[in-house]
Amino acid sequence: MTKRTWTTSHKAVAAALVALIMLATGARAELLIRITEGADAAIPISVVPFAESGAIPPGDKVANIVRDDLAMSGEFRPLAAEKMLSLPSRREEVYFRDWRMLGQRYVLVGELSRNGDRVVARYELFDVNQEKRILGETAAASVNGMRTLGHHISDKVYEAITGVPGAFSTKLAYVTLDSFNGKPRYRLQVSDVDGKRARIRLESQEPILSPAWSPDGTRLAYVSFETGKPAIYIHELSSGKRTKVADFSGLNSAPAWSEDGRSLLMTLSKDGNAEVYRMDLASRQLTKLTNHWAIDTEATYDHSGDGIFFTSDRSGGPQIYHMKSPGAEPRRITFGSRYNARPRPDNTGDYVYYVHQRNSAFHIARTNLKNGEETVLTRTESDESPSVSPNGRMLIYATKQSGNSVLTVISADGGAAYSLPASEGDVREPAWGPIVN
Amino acid sequence: MKLSIHTKVLAMLLSAGLFAGCSSTGETMDEGGYGSDVAAVDQDGSTVYGGDDEGGVSSSALTEEERMAAEERAKMEALRDITTFYFDFDTAEIKPEARDVLVAHAQYLANNPGRNVRLEGHADERGTKEYNLALGERRANAVQRFLIVNGASRGQIETVSYGEEKPAVMGSSESAWAQNRRVELVFD
Repeated sequence: MTKRTWTTSHKAVAAALVALIMLATGARAELLIRITEGADAAIPISVVPFAESGAIPPGDKVANIVRDDLAMSGEFRPLAAEKMLSLPSRREEVYFRDWRMLGQRYVLVGELSRNGDRVVARYELFDVNQEKRILGETAAASVNGMRTLGHHISDKVYEAITGVPGAFSTKLAYVTLDSFNGKPRYRLQVSDVDGKRARIRLESQEPILSPAWSPDGTRLAYVSFETGKPAIYIHELSSGKRTKVADFSGLNSAPAWSEDGRSLLMTLSKDGNAEVYRMDLASRQLTKLTNHWAIDTEATYDHSGDGIFFTSDRSGGPQIYHMKSPGAEPRRITFGSRYNARPRPDNTGDYVYYVHQRNSAFHIARTNLKNGEETVLTRTESDESPSVSPNGRMLIYATKQSGNSVLTVISADGGAAYSLPASEGDVREPAWGPIVN
Repeated sequence: MKLSIHTKVLAMLLSAGLFAGCSSTGETMDEGGYGSDVAAVDQDGSTVYGGDDEGGVSSSALTEEERMAAEERAKMEALRDITTFYFDFDTAEIKPEARDVLVAHAQYLANNPGRNVRLEGHADERGTKEYNLALGERRANAVQRFLIVNGASRGQIETVSYGEEKPAVMGSSESAWAQNRRVELVFD
């Protein structure tokens, strides 16, 4: 399994050099997307530039946003517009023979028009072989919401073809580090998944760590050292209101939300040793979930929402454990090497992803929870902070590139990849937000 | 005997990594460099040498006691110049060569109840940030226990872990990592 992934990746590198894409960047804070690898099995799709009637805002073209989203997923290989034989915008104009000749499996066409202060997109997706429309919809967004509109269409197209909801409208949280006036400058930022529309939510000279999304996407929990020691804060994104929820002596780290958003898992060492606790947010009442002389940390709820995965070095080095319910005997999950840490389950309950040391390098690996099979997913060597997309299809993590920390997104099986390097300094601690309706 | 104390101090300075990373590391580690460093220390501590030759005969017992105390103080002070202690990857074991230095710090704290120290635990960049936070704390706690066992009181010591967030040395090399896995004693 591992071996196959590696060979695929090698082949993909050649394609990647050709397909190197640099999107124009607006604000300085934004990340750049660079597709470094494409998957061999990517589905050929044509996203035809949308026809426009009325005053459509200049700038980002909706069809380009859709095309780039699908390409970044690694599951699609969009055709360049120059290679298209025609540019249809409605069904009558689609000649399936032409698209078949170009080797295309799907064609997306559409048209934008103005309705007051909103832009309306009418779009249709066709299966070329079956000569059949498989999706047709109109969607509208405000004139400054072209990216929102594009990501929405990407989600629908992705779901119509793969059967899995798209995650292109979701958000990323991450921390950037650069220096300003000779002092370190940590910034907690939230952007679209393609790195666009980044906004700074918190800035500090002291470390900011472990951003974690509330299940409804309205709040972030994180660790900030702004008082000189670590404390856990909850930050309401719409208002900017912050609440310090854990400021005990010792560690206050690794916050993770429960499914109902009412409690947080966290690591505290107030009693002398790092243990996992659950805090009820309304009452601030704590329940101790682990009790061991070892380090227990990096807890996260499992697929069922009852059990937890966490890292413990009770066997001598850090390994991933699963506790079926609070207080149950932990079961060790990872055995493949001496260092496996920071588990993140996917939404299906099939896999858990984590940082895995092999020889002297740190990679991201996953274990199939049904059969225990472990697959190393990355070839980069200083990998940290895996975070799975809410549809389970992609994974973002932090790694080193020419000395700087960058974010890289790969398909969850390790195939395709794109990276999000910062214009300057480090980007780290990515957290993939939930799908919000 | 006296010489061996100095040698020991120097050896500890060396092994505790005080000189690690400076450009002359190679020289200090070879025979010639080592010898010349010993000589330099001896010149500084001239009282030690003076006493050893004839002083033992002509000096009074009190002077000898004072001399010994001063020497002990000087030795302890020299040891306390070292405030950073290094660890192996994913361990919080205090290295044998650090013990005498930490004892000196512990005794200083015991003799000066008004002084407080903050122990800052750190990890290298490898592995995960949250585990490294816990590891940095474990290292700081190990040093704290050692200081308490050797006479410091708990109330004098505060610990904080920065995990991998505040490296002493930038870079991703074995030598950078070795210098970043540390506990720093910060006296206020």
